Amino acid sequence: MNDETNDGRMSIIVRTIATMMLPFILIFSFYVIMHGHLTPGGGFQGGAIAASAIVMMIAAYGHKMMEKRISEDGLSMVESVGATIFAVVAFIGVIMAASFMYNFLVGTPLFGETPPFGSNPGILNSGGVLPILNIAVGMKVIGGLAAVVLIMALAGDEEGDKK
Amino acid sequence: MIWNVPFITVALLIAIGLYAVMFKRNLIKIAIGITIIESGVNLFLITLGYRKGGVAPIYTNLPSGVKVPEGMVLPVPQALTLTSIVIGVAVLALMLSFIMKMYQHNKSLDSHSRRLKG
Amino acid sequence: MIYNEAIPAILIGLPLLAAFITPIINLASRKARNAFVIAVLAIEELLIILLAWHVFTDGIVIYTMGAKNPSIVPLQAAVPIRIVLEIDGMAAFMGLISCTVAMAAGIYSIAFIKEGNGKSRYYTLLLIMLAGMLGMEFTGDLFNLFVFLEILSIASCGLIAYRQHADAVEGAFKYLVVSNIAALFVLFAIALFYAQYDLLNIAAIAKVMQYTQLDKIALVLLVAAFAMKCGAVPMHFWAPDSYSTAPAAITAMLVAASQASLYALFRVCFTLYGSLMDYQTIGLAIIIFGLLSMFIGVTMALPQKDIKRLMAYHAISQTGYMLLGVGVGLYLLGSSDFNVYGIKAMEGGIFHIINHAMYKGLLFLTAGAIYYRLGTRNLNEMGGLGHTMKFTSIFFIIGALAIAGIPPFNGFASKLLIYEACYKVSPILSIVAMLVSVLTLASFIKVFHSAFMGPKMHDVKEVPKSMLIGMAVLTFVIIFFGLFPGWVVSHIVHPAVMALVDKTAYINAVMGG
Repeated sequence: MNDETNDGRMSIIVRTIATMMLPFILIFSFYVIMHGHLTPGGGFQGGAIAASAIVMMIAAYGHKMMEKRISEDGLSMVESVGATIFAVVAFIGVIMAASFMYNFLVGTPLFGETPPFGSNPGILNSGGVLPILNIAVGMKVIGGLAAVVLIMALAGDEEGDKK
Repeated sequence: MIWNVPFITVALLIAIGLYAVMFKRNLIKIAIGITIIESGVNLFLITLGYRKGGVAPIYTNLPSGVKVPEGMVLPVPQALTLTSIVIGVAVLALMLSFIMKMYQHNKSLDSHSRRLKG
Repeated sequence: MIYNEAIPAILIGLPLLAAFITPIINLASRKARNAFVIAVLAIEELLIILLAWHVFTDGIVIYTMGAKNPSIVPLQAAVPIRIVLEIDGMAAFMGLISCTVAMAAGIYSIAFIKEGNGKSRYYTLLLIMLAGMLGMEFTGDLFNLFVFLEILSIASCGLIAYRQHADAVEGAFKYLVVSNIAALFVLFAIALFYAQYDLLNIAAIAKVMQYTQLDKIALVLLVAAFAMKCGAVPMHFWAPDSYSTAPAAITAMLVAASQASLYALFRVCFTLYGSLMDYQTIGLAIIIFGLLSMFIGVTMALPQKDIKRLMAYHAISQTGYMLLGVGVGLYLLGSSDFNVYGIKAMEGGIFHIINHAMYKGLLFLTAGAIYYRLGTRNLNEMGGLGHTMKFTSIFFIIGALAIAGIPPFNGFASKLLIYEACYKVSPILSIVAMLVSVLTLASFIKVFHSAFMGPKMHDVKEVPKSMLIGMAVLTFVIIFFGLFPGWVVSHIVHPAVMALVDKTAYINAVMGG
């Protein structure tokens, strides 16, 4: 690392390239999350890509400055909301007098078309409850992995009590 | 699948991982050993699904001339492996947090400098 | 009784939903969060009692996740599709234990864990631990068992290291390494089953299994992994460290978690393999694990100075009683002696599971009460607590008499069944069991004398009411099971044992006739 001052910032070239690459990586991760029912990917994979983007910003700008922008409490809230959406969608099936995690969106206009059998380009509008579950898992993974790296960076730095 | 090479690799990985967990003193090497065992078991799961001459089990833009679904490899072991990778990430994050905490208290990464005996 | 067919799914899904809503409610007010968690645990207890009543009177309950009608398993060329929860008598019995211990631990934790910046995460992890235990006990699918096993291990490690002392983090690290290696062995065995039969459902594999060489390897891996998770003797070294350094309410939950792994071991031996395997050898191996655990556990417990470490070694020794009882039953499976005394031995072993969870949980909670007031776990620094902590001493006396097997309490009934039935297989088993009982009583007399008797060394008050209510929940069950053991054995334990041994009923419930 060159030109590193004591709060962990890297040089001006690294910071500029990281800022330029951030939107592309985030768009790619949302593409992987949304197309989870057609191509390889889904919630965990897309969430891990977006968390890598946040880790790249932490490495380029230093964790003290990133902590002013994204606090750990915010990431915890994102994680809790994602998990709550997953559990609520799974319970709607029980309320509808079918079973737990029943796919109740098949046939409805929200995500409900039936794809044809065999090789086809794929319809984004199909899959039922699956894209919603993918988004919920993606939110949870982004919150969780980014919080883990942020807390480890802050704790390794001071002699404080962080978990 | 030439001469059962993936299965020999699985056996070697699990043996190396068990050796590292049992006989090494540094805490980080124990964590790496557990990750190597987990990689071996994941490789075993994926190798079980292979069918000779099969393509990836994705319906979007298949190459032409593939019989569906007999010409594809099995997709279920891939789902099992994905779950196992996610569990491995969580366990590794927790283990590294514990190692950082132990380093703060004991000032060394040696597993022989432990406090609970007898 | 009102019974809805959606109760099994609510039992597993409600703690997961409540676990993630708790940090959101915590932003509003702390008393609301405490009330919410206690309400969820009370609802769980009510639902499991309804489910157990239904299963003991009406038979096996099936729940298919994600199907239009949850009571029918969709079959396609004799392969069950979707994950199936299958609850028979033994699973409902284990569910009762998990929910009762969780409710006692949850009420106890209101006062025991001080309000800091992380108490809502404590409750989140406690509810996830309960969901993991219930998932392991209800599921009928092998890979689902692996996933819930890992959920349980990771949540308990987070809770053991909750207070972040040097000792607690070391205990949690050891528990995590051993649990993870055991779970990876289980995954390897599941991969071997999938490679041969292309099936993951327990009932479907049990129907088509031929006992090939790969199945023998899978059996050894599964028995070793589940015995590693319960604390049987050659693999017990994680237990004293993690049980003694965890907060007291979590140690009670860890005891229930190790019994969930014991349930998984019995399910694999009796239902998945049954009489196809070499049951005399495996039964003998389990009997030897049991004898070693009983003896080594109690002899390592006698010289301990730390009160919770002593109780942790006793937990290992009592696990030996359960393994001994069920091992004798497995050794005699299918022979004509089974109906004479094999069933008695298994009833003793399985009745001992619920007795152990209750009295060991109570003893750990009283040790936690002593730690809460004095701040120390060392027996040399305690003395004369019986003058001021009257309720805690009464609860401790009840727990100590129950573990030693003294008549009006529940330990006597299950130990008597084990002594009687094991005598006919070989007298040495009964002699070792009785010797271990005497040594157990000796070590608890030592603890009682040095902690509660003698001149008053410290001036402390009684513990807060919520901790007393938590201990009283477990005491009520101990006294009730001690006064009416005949009713309990014939209505609760006997259906559980018959359900465990009956492999064909389990298979027919899923695969249909």
